[in-house]
Amino acid sequence: MLTLNDFKGKTPAWCPGCGNYAILKAFNSAMVELGIEPHMVVIVSGIGQAGKFPHYTRCNTFNGLHGRTLPVATGIKLANHSLVVFAVAGDGDCYGEGGNHLIHAIRRNPNIKLMVHNNQVYGLTKGQASPTTSQGVLTKAQPYGTLSEPLNPVALAIALDASFVARGFAGLPDDLKELIKEAVKHRGFSFLDILQPCVTFNRVNTYSWYKERVYKIELSHPVHDRIKAFEKALEWGDRIPVGIFYRKEKPTLEEKIPVLKNEPLVRQKFDFEMAKSLVRKIKNVD
Amino acid sequence: MNYSIKIGGEAGQGVQTVGETLCQIFAASGLHVFSHQDYESRIRGGHNFYQIRISEDSVMCPKEKVDILLAFDYESVRLHTPELSEIGQILYDSQILKTKISDSRSIDVPFLKIARETGGPDIASNIAAIGAVCGILGVKREILLGVVTNIFAKKGFETVAKNVEAAQAGYDYAIKACIMCPFRLPEPRPRKILISGNEAIALGALVSGLKFYSGYPMTPSTGILNYVAEHSLTFGCIVEQAEDEIAAINMVIGASFAGVRSMTATSGGGFALMVEGLSLAGMTETPLVIVLAQRPGPATGLPTKTEAADLLFALFAGHGEFSRIIFAPGTPLEAFYLTNKAFHLSEKYQVPVIILSDQYLADSQWTFDSLDLESLRYMDMRLRGASFENQKGYKRHLFTDTGVSPLGVPGDARHLVVTDSDEHDEEGHITEDRELRKRMVEKRLFKKLTLIRREIDEPTVYGDVGADIAVLCWGSTYGVVKEAIDRILKDFPISMVHFKEMYPLPYEGHWLEFLKKKRILINVEQNATSQFAKLLRMETGLAVHRNINRFDGRPFGVEDLVERIYAHIE
Ligand SMILES: Cc1ncc(C[n+]2csc(CCOP(=O)(O)OP(=O)(O)O)c2C)c(N)n1
Ligand code: SF4
Repeated sequence: MLTLNDFKGKTPAWCPGCGNYAILKAFNSAMVELGIEPHMVVIVSGIGQAGKFPHYTRCNTFNGLHGRTLPVATGIKLANHSLVVFAVAGDGDCYGEGGNHLIHAIRRNPNIKLMVHNNQVYGLTKGQASPTTSQGVLTKAQPYGTLSEPLNPVALAIALDASFVARGFAGLPDDLKELIKEAVKHRGFSFLDILQPCVTFNRVNTYSWYKERVYKIELSHPVHDRIKAFEKALEWGDRIPVGIFYRKEKPTLEEKIPVLKNEPLVRQKFDFEMAKSLVRKIKNVD
Repeated sequence: MNYSIKIGGEAGQGVQTVGETLCQIFAASGLHVFSHQDYESRIRGGHNFYQIRISEDSVMCPKEKVDILLAFDYESVRLHTPELSEIGQILYDSQILKTKISDSRSIDVPFLKIARETGGPDIASNIAAIGAVCGILGVKREILLGVVTNIFAKKGFETVAKNVEAAQAGYDYAIKACIMCPFRLPEPRPRKILISGNEAIALGALVSGLKFYSGYPMTPSTGILNYVAEHSLTFGCIVEQAEDEIAAINMVIGASFAGVRSMTATSGGGFALMVEGLSLAGMTETPLVIVLAQRPGPATGLPTKTEAADLLFALFAGHGEFSRIIFAPGTPLEAFYLTNKAFHLSEKYQVPVIILSDQYLADSQWTFDSLDLESLRYMDMRLRGASFENQKGYKRHLFTDTGVSPLGVPGDARHLVVTDSDEHDEEGHITEDRELRKRMVEKRLFKKLTLIRREIDEPTVYGDVGADIAVLCWGSTYGVVKEAIDRILKDFPISMVHFKEMYPLPYEGHWLEFLKKKRILINVEQNATSQFAKLLRMETGLAVHRNINRFDGRPFGVEDLVERIYAHIE
């Protein structure tokens, strides 16, 4: 029997009260409830407070570069699609530095679970604006207030026809756990934007700010309807929906690659002698 | 027998296809072939040529004089007639060129008319042209028709028949038209192996167990992407075209981390984007092979021309200090074997290996008598299945005497495989501990590099080894320098030393003593700043005396190189 202890990692070095704790707990509980063993999971992360996540749980880990989680995760998934592959990133990491990779990961649709810890700020580098920071917010690096409009990651994902699009909130940990479970069960790229209050640098989007606005998406919401999903994604301000926005069944990248038809790439034995005879044939040797 | 054939025309006219087909025909006739191309960075128009040299003896560089000029446009006649040798002939079709050439050395063959009469599309005129070249050279008819049949076999009987007819018609017409043709080929001999630099690297990778390739197209590396893709199903390899070079190298790192042999290829601009990932591979000790097919820079430079000016870039690329290996093959055959060695060493020491080639090597086709597949190595050095499960207290970055830690395949055991781009402890978790940091640097850098150096071969020495003058060269200049040395040797004692394993340099044994004893060391490089001379001096303290550089985007020619070497010795 798996227990939470199986996922106990190093002691987190996050600020007390940080939204990341709830995400960590939701993740560990989801794994236990799904019965997925730590050695069957790989977490790929980048750099940032969110990027430290895998060290605080217990799974195979590739903690790579800022913004580069998705390509690494794609490489891992293609090499061994029997693993459950998570990409964990911050909003700066995934929407800023790694924006291009997000677009193309969605287009490829590998069976990877992406969790973006969206605190609308750069935490690790001490409070600069991120791509999701609201317009006008003052920071040390944005002394006239943030000039650009904030990115709407959920709308972006739906626009790209991502196969699973959801938003979670660290202040609703049980619902978050369920969302993570749904994301894992989904066959294809699962995009999970998680509202994560940064209690140190984000004075605008606090727990209480969210609590006043966040509401759960109604059971009646037609998750397969892209237009309706898009309409829902545009809600931001007084009312902020959390839950599953959009879902679509489509073949995953792995399923489309002929070489992967029978078994994961990593299990396919390389036959050196056969390779040599193929080369002989191709190059007319002998 | 030593002829050269130049095929000139606009982009889109099939210059390259005609050239490649002729190379195949010559290789099938048992001749030694060397071909290289010069093309512009455009898809249609402009001036391109493909030059082939054939001989009974091994050839590794172009000849400057042209014996047969096959012209598909007037520009080719204008530009290359002055290059004709005493026996030189121009083959053309006045209908295609829309003009008749008055030069007595020209033969007007109606390629287009033949194509139309044999019921093929206009492009079949290329096949008639191939036939004509074979006709005046005296290639055996069966060999010509065999290669043409092979090429079109996939397209069905009718296509084969039409093209065979066009080839025959071109062949017969040319024989009749060229009554005084001076060309003679030797009797056919066993076929030779024809291979380009790009093909050699791709094939070398596939036979070394390449399972995952991700890249982003960039001339002149694209041939590798195409070749691996073409054979990916046969060899069970995944090819993914990434959104950019940053993604390409990170995907490759991910796949390698997950347990399969992985590679990417690019050119200078793409490699610049990969640099951050290179450093990540260094830090996480992930095996990985990167092909850097150089082209003239900086920035986008001369996209389709040649230069070898990224040696020091490859050496210093990446922030921080970590071990790496750099190879620079001199011929496609060396490219094939060195790619195999690259995969072997990359996995054995868990370090990135960079293979440097350039447009000249990448796009040139050469022939070889044999491909020694028995000398190739393949050893799976990862911990898998039970042998991984049976490990006690597995740690991905365990300190060992060799600096090499056990490379476990994630998911194959209950052990966790953890690695980090941050400094980490033996388990792979983030640390800022001073002692650990120091030991990790020693592991990644000093321990491994010391062992790697023992695996590096000495440079190739050629010519009169007792001479007090030596010419140094590296990478793709091998062939042209060798031929220059052969010519100079006829009246002057001289030797050459060619480096193909560039970093770390081999242990300072014989080769360094050999070089130190020379009165004059002449260094030849396809760049402006003599980068290898700098590397040599930095690593050994040895300074060369003279430098010969070429950096106009074109490869060295033998005649030119011989003259420039003479200038330094007389
Ligand atoms: C290439 C690169 N650029 C910049 C940095 C510095 N850096 C580290 S984390 C970070 C931003 C983190 O913000 P976010 O992704 O939102 O994560 P958070 O810390 O808020 O969880 C930056 C800019 C880096 N590590 N690498
Ligand atoms: S700075 Fe913000 S995101 Fe980082 S640990 Fe503290 S509260 Fe969390």
